[in-house]
Amino acid sequence: MVEWTDFERATIRSIFSKIDYDDVGTAALSRCLVVYPWTQRYFGNFGNLYNAAAIQGNPMVAAHGKTVLHGLDRAVKNMDDIKATYAELSVLHSEKLRVDPDNFRLLADCLTIVVAARMGADFTADVQGAFQKFLAVVVSSLGRQYH
Amino acid sequence: MSLSAKEKVIVKDFFAKVSSRSDEIGAEALARLIVVYPQTKSYFAHWKDLSPNGAPVRKHGITVMGGVYEAVSKIDDLAGGLLTLSELHAFMLRVDPVNFKILSHCILVVLSMLFAEEFTPQIHVAVDKFLALVALALSEKYR
Repeated sequence: MVEWTDFERATIRSIFSKIDYDDVGTAALSRCLVVYPWTQRYFGNFGNLYNAAAIQGNPMVAAHGKTVLHGLDRAVKNMDDIKATYAELSVLHSEKLRVDPDNFRLLADCLTIVVAARMGADFTADVQGAFQKFLAVVVSSLGRQYH
Repeated sequence: MSLSAKEKVIVKDFFAKVSSRSDEIGAEALARLIVVYPQTKSYFAHWKDLSPNGAPVRKHGITVMGGVYEAVSKIDDLAGGLLTLSELHAFMLRVDPVNFKILSHCILVVLSMLFAEEFTPQIHVAVDKFLALVALALSEKYR
């Protein structure tokens, strides 16, 4: 069981209440596809991903970014059992989508960097610590059902 | 994964642009390293004050950032240019190379925080590659 301090719970809730899901989701996924181009292998049917400008303007990337961010919401609402919350999604990513689980970590890093940009000075070291701990639990839960 | 000529220009231009705040970047990045990755404190057990905003941490962050800028100036031959620093890290400091990745991540977060508009995905990927190559050059003399 993951132990969350009061500060961590409050921080996660606060961050997710303040960010624009559509903006952050799109920015994080498109950044991931630009910074770690091998992740594009999972989006063969998304059309034009030929350069950074194309990726950032691609409507399918935008839509999927939003889907991912809204998916994170479930963990925010169930911080005490993220593992169970994502059991099905983990199976989906493993069996059907066949995503290398290391990619979850790459996307999490991009999400951290996007949230840091949005929050500026409010993204203190302690806030970063809480956010990265939350994402680490999410990443671990998504990789849990792989075998 | 090596830097293209275009990426070298991107890296040099970006670091030149943010150079007036390089001390702040270094201090913040090291403070975050200590707080977010507490295991890194093991390398600084000899400091009396390990608080993230204390003088030793901030001073050392400035030193480290100075090293990053030295690497920028030697971007065309990192392995050769950072030889002395590599020997220092390999034989004296013996910092596990996994920590170079962690510190690089902290630097990227701070750059994103302080320069949200300028730190576009294109600049992000060039700087990320550069920091990875710096880490590689620092690991040169390890074994």
